[in-house]
Amino acid sequence: MTALRYVYAVCRPLTAPLQAELRGVAGAPARQLEHHGLIAVVSQVPDSDFSEEALRTRLEDMDWLTATARAHQNVIDALTGVTTPLPLRMATVFRDDSAVRVMMEKREDAFRHALDRLDGRVEWGVKIFMENADGEGGGDGGEGTGARTGSAAPKAMSGRDYLRQRRMRTTAREEQWRQVEEFARRLHKSLSAQAEDSRLHAPQNPQLSGAAGRNVLNAAYLVPRARSEEFVTLVDRTKDDTPGIRVELTGPWAAYSFTGLAEESAGEPT
Amino acid sequence: MTTPARLPDPYGAPAGGANLADILERVLDKGIVIAGDIKINLLDIELLTIKLRLVVASVDKAKEMGIDWWEDDPALSSRARRQELRRENAELRARLERLEGGTHGEEQELVEGAAPRTPRREESP
Repeated sequence: MTALRYVYAVCRPLTAPLQAELRGVAGAPARQLEHHGLIAVVSQVPDSDFSEEALRTRLEDMDWLTATARAHQNVIDALTGVTTPLPLRMATVFRDDSAVRVMMEKREDAFRHALDRLDGRVEWGVKIFMENADGEGGGDGGEGTGARTGSAAPKAMSGRDYLRQRRMRTTAREEQWRQVEEFARRLHKSLSAQAEDSRLHAPQNPQLSGAAGRNVLNAAYLVPRARSEEFVTLVDRTKDDTPGIRVELTGPWAAYSFTGLAEESAGEPT
Repeated sequence: MTTPARLPDPYGAPAGGANLADILERVLDKGIVIAGDIKINLLDIELLTIKLRLVVASVDKAKEMGIDWWEDDPALSSRARRQELRRENAELRARLERLEGGTHGEEQELVEGAAPRTPRREESP
């Protein structure tokens, strides 16, 4: 069995020590690999999990995927406590230390540039949910998920009554949509004004994220650490403003959504 | 995990860490993409991400709720992919048999279909 190198992040040399017991994927200790004044945080992973062939299978294994994603985030999170890491996408793997060095050297300028830009910043996630005000199970499915809707209609009702009720429900729902969209627009605007940068992500599917209600805004904000407290307070203030709308804050994250290198790197052959 | 004093306490993190959907969204979909020595088909990851963007506070919970579509989804399950391949194989075999059995009919159709177009193509240059 050969050991490969899993790279979590690139950052500047740490001024505070990394947690002594910091462990990464598969429980292996995370260590620093320095090259030209930058460090890559790496751990060894077995090629029985991370060869091309194995990885393809593993990525379909929800339990493995979950454990690996958490381990990855765990290391990034620890780094975020002591520095500003550039997080790499999960499962970036090299054959050995020298291959990691070659990669760092090739991208040195881009890394430095991104590290300067993100220095001292963290990412906060804000999600807005529309809670199901009328409490009807099928109501929040919306268009396109026809299979779930319609089954909740009470029996012993005339066709006309049924249609009228359905129309009323639709109107109420549209009104609720309008309100929540307006709320989301305003909150995003005021949070963006407090943040240096923002990204809108695709809403999470309520059926699967396990969160109640419908996710109408899923945004990330880049905020200097020093202004994070203010930012959190601002989100908190809006939290209980409007009935039927729930605001969720997550973070501080490493600036995952703002590395800005994804596209140019993705198109680059290696 | 310790967070230094200069950062507010982590939010939205129930015991055991942040919501899995939030974590997956970031570690799979965001961050720097670098082609390592081990090639991952990025398209696979994209697909996975699209599915998982959705995902799943916990797989068990999803299963409890009767949501287990990924087990039949070729993009997410190798078993489903094998089934899909078998199905495709059978279909192709059947088509091949049809073609071998009814060669004449097919040929005629092709010739008839192509006939009116051929002269026009010759005129144009």
